[in-house]
Parts: sequence; C-alpha cells; structure tokens
Amino acid sequence: MRTPRLDVGKVDPPSFRRVAAFGGVYSNHLALEAAIADARSREVDAMVCLGDLGAFGPNPDRVFPLLREHRIPVVRGNYDDSIARGLDDCQCGYTDPRDNHYARLSYRYTLSKTSRENRTLMATFPAELRFRLGDLEVLACHGSPRRTNEFLWESTTPTHFLDKLAADAGADVILGTHTGIHWTRSWDADTGGRRTYVNAGALGRPANDGRTEVWYALLEVEGGGLSVEFVPVAYDHRALASEMRAEELPEEFVATILTGWWTTCLEILPGKERAAGRW
Amino acid sequence: MSAVATHLRPDPLPARMSKALPIAESAASPSAVEVPRVPLRALDQLWFQVSGTVCNLRCGHCFISCSPDNHSFRFLSRADVAEHLRASVSLGVKEYYFTGGEPFMNREVLGILEDTLALGPATVLTNATLLPQRTVDELAKLAHASIYSLELRVSIDGVNAEMNDAIRGEGTFERAMEAVGRLARVGFLPIVTAMQTWPDEQTDRILRSFRRVLAEVGYDRPRLKILPPLRIGAEAERDRPYADVERVNHEMMSGYPADQLLCSSARLVTAAGVWACPILLDYDSARLGDTLKEAVRRPARLAEQACYTCWVNGAICANLPGFTADAT
Ligand SMILES: [Fe+2]
Repeated sequence: MRTPRLDVGKVDPPSFRRVAAFGGVYSNHLALEAAIADARSREVDAMVCLGDLGAFGPNPDRVFPLLREHRIPVVRGNYDDSIARGLDDCQCGYTDPRDNHYARLSYRYTLSKTSRENRTLMATFPAELRFRLGDLEVLACHGSPRRTNEFLWESTTPTHFLDKLAADAGADVILGTHTGIHWTRSWDADTGGRRTYVNAGALGRPANDGRTEVWYALLEVEGGGLSVEFVPVAYDHRALASEMRAEELPEEFVATILTGWWTTCLEILPGKERAAGRW
Repeated sequence: MSAVATHLRPDPLPARMSKALPIAESAASPSAVEVPRVPLRALDQLWFQVSGTVCNLRCGHCFISCSPDNHSFRFLSRADVAEHLRASVSLGVKEYYFTGGEPFMNREVLGILEDTLALGPATVLTNATLLPQRTVDELAKLAHASIYSLELRVSIDGVNAEMNDAIRGEGTFERAMEAVGRLARVGFLPIVTAMQTWPDEQTDRILRSFRRVLAEVGYDRPRLKILPPLRIGAEAERDRPYADVERVNHEMMSGYPADQLLCSSARLVTAAGVWACPILLDYDSARLGDTLKEAVRRPARLAEQACYTCWVNGAICANLPGFTADAT
C-alpha cells in the first residue's frame, strides 16, 4: 500500500482561514473519527494532529487509516518517537512511581500492538510544522518549540515565557499538546502585534473536568484577528471502554474514559489543575 | 484506585548511567583535574533565598545549617525581589521558588508572593510552623487572585512526632501537621516533602503512613515528595558525610543528560550574590556572580560532593525534576 505523505506544506492552499488542531490521540480512534466528522462539518481548510497517536487506549493501529484517509499531517510526539524507535519508555516525563507504572503498562501494550508499517510511518513525522493562518505564522509542535516533552500548563506558564518561545521560533501562534488539558492565551508582543499560544488538549482522554467529551481546537482568522474555540467532542465512550476492557487495559484508564476524571498521571499536574480534578 | 505509592521521587536515571558508576578508579579530587562544567541552557527557574539563612528551627539535617542565629545571609527585601522579577521577564523565566531559611520569617513574604504571582507560578519551601489561620487565609487570597499556581512545599521528616521531632525539633510535627490541615481546608494541595532517613525497602510503608496521618488532619489526596539526603552541613554530622568516591567527574558526564541537573536551568538570588543552586550556599565554587546578569553567563561547576546527589537523582529541588533528554 502506498503511504500518502502527511505534510501540511503539500496541502493547497498553503495559507488557511480555518484549521482544526487535534491533540494527543492516545489510540482513541472513536474520538478521532468523531472529531474529524465534526471538523469537516465546520468546513475547515485543514486538520493537523499534534502527535502522541498511541498510549492509554486500545488497538493503536486503528487511528492510522483515519489519518491517511483524511490526509492529516502529524507532528511527532514523544510517544511516536519512542514507538518508532522502539525505545524502552514513552519519554512522557513522569516522575512518580505510580504514574510510571501505568505509563509502562500502556507503553508495552502499544509498542507490541503497533504494526511495523505504522512504526515506519511514525519515524517520518516532523518535529514541527509551519503554516499560515491568514497573515499569521503558525508553529505546530508537540510539547514546546524547544522540547518535545515539555509540559505547558496554564497555571505554570508565564506569558513572558511564551513570548520568548514565540520570538525565538519566529511565530505568531504556537500550537501544542502533551499535557492533555486545553487552554489558550493571547498577549501583545513587545515588538508589536499579538501572539497566541494554544494547547489543543487531547482527543485521547477527557480533560479531567468530569465530562466524558474530549476536546480539539478550532483556529480561525477573521479580519486579521485570530479566534480560538475549543470544541467538545461527544463520541461512543462506552464502546471505547468495552474495547479497552477486552484488551485488558487497566481499569483505572477505563474509569477516566467513563467519568471524565483522571485517575493516573496526577503527580505531574500543578496545584491549580490538580485541585480542579477529582483525584 | 490502587494503593501504589504516589510520590515525586524520580525513578533512578537510566541504567546506562548507573553503569557508569565504577567510580572508585575514576574518582579524583577537584584540584587534580578540572571539574565538569554545566552551562545554563535557559533560566527556567529563578530561586530567591528570601529569608537568608535565618530559620526559627534548628534541624539536624539542614544542608546549610540554618538557625535563628545564622545570619551569614540576610533577608531579601520586597524591592530586591521586585528588581529581579523585572529582569526575569526578558530572560523568559518559567517558575519562581522561595526558600531560606524559613521564608515566613521574612515579614514581606506575602507582598513578594503577590508581586511574583502577577508574573508567573510561585513555590514556597516552608516548615509550616509559622502559618496561623490569618496567614493561610492571605495565601488563599493570593492564590485565587492569580491565574498561576501558588505551591506550598511543606517539610515534614517523619510520620509521627517521634520520628520528625528527632530531626526538626520538639513540637514541630504537630505544628506543621496542623498547618497542613489549615492549608487543605482553604483548597491548597501542599507538597509534603520528607528527606529519606530510612532504607529504601521501608519507603512504601512510610508513604502509606504519611497518607494516613495526613488524612487525619483533613488532607486526603496528599502530594508527597521524598528527597535523598544531602550529606553536607548539619546532615554530614547527623548521619555521615559523602564518601571520597561520591563526586562527579568528566567520565560520569559523558552521555549524561545535563538538563537533569538544576544548575542547567536555575539560579539562586541571595542578598550576597547569585548562586548556581539552592543547596551550595556555603561553597564559594557555586557563587557565580554579584548579579543575575553575570550568573546566567557563567557555567556552573560540579565541584562539590552534593552535586553527586543531584547527578544520581536529577534536579531534586524542583517541584518536578528535570526532563529527560529531548526526543528530537
Ligand atoms: Fe506527549
């Protein structure tokens, strides 16, 4: 089978008006399918995926046909890099033994269940993608422009820090994921003009908000300005839970899908984000 | 939910690094060879020694032997801190940390936190014995008013008064636990930090006990951080100093991700200049300049044996240790 090149630079036109950005998919093919349908119904010019196709969910190979069919370019996440190279761990950046225990479980599962062909494809994902939204230069990355597995949480990311990242990267808009919780901030740059950071959140699991929907980001230019909307995606989360159980994935993960509250990876959360959750 | 331990001590660094450990032959005194240097990658963390070396306690394991009468470093004023906060903006600082001594000995600390939280996230390392309800309420007000996280890292070195007070002093367990309860009631999730004074195999049991006693004061989803001992200052006498071989050399740095080390991304501002990290206050080798501007340009030197602890465990002083090497 011919593998279509997933490269946003090859998509016409190179400058867009409305783009859907998908955060970590974590093997949640049902949510990815629902998000693609939702984005298409909103007549987006392009869709981009910010990486971490695997982890957490069941049957990692099931997300690839969707990405191919809709020609969605993918930025390389830490997980994609690990799976492509067959590394010992997911480079998620967890530091807590319990978090690492679950990370190892899902990494071993995902590595063993990803086809060689898909691993080869993942090795071609670029570390970043650039495109234009109207006149705005957009940099799409996974963690941050400087590090694939850097966490950018709303409550621990100063605006001046974001401004430096954007200035160093020569971008008006930075798009990222890796944390799993969506947020955005715009500010006036010292050099004039407005800059924006968008964390697209994740399609793979809920945003630790007690809702079962997952989220993606819709970016649109209107009259020179940028608007960012986070779109909740309802999908058949019960079917995903059944599939996860059939694959004998940890019941803690299933609970997150069914309740919308994180039960693992909690120790990486800053105080504000942790306090907003249930556990 | 599983009962598996939840604490922030990192897993040991990858096996290839611990394999680099046949240090007996390769150990050398710092004068014999040039010590490894670590350039600053980016100033992600700016630390303030806001109360100098002055502390209301006299803990038996303090790596800088802080006490009520240790005046080697004086307090930073709100104006001192504000000046550095202004400078931190163009440097792109990501997180601010406040330590001492005991930060709440400094009467301006709430104002300092207010100024900081206007710019970014703040973490205070405290013994929690100077946190009456009035102060806790003020802290809660500051936390709610900011979009950034205000973290309280509370040192408690045992799961009961007997174990903790032997290190931190009579009555400190009860006072700190009461403060943790007050903090939890107003919505904080303090990071309870303990220095490991027990063998590894007891860690799970100790963590379970911590969870139980913290739940008893109303803190039912505790964040726990276990620190390895730093065998300098008072701790060198309480337990033991470093062995001769416990020292970082060039071979140990080859292939080692230097961004695990705090000094690759942090500096500490004191009233007497700027240091490479918050641990090495008593060492001239770690003083990198009179000003932050100088100190960000100079590389840190891994000249001291405490650097060995950081080499083994990663940046232990940060809320989260350093990242693994970039995938890209
Ligand atoms: Fe990631």
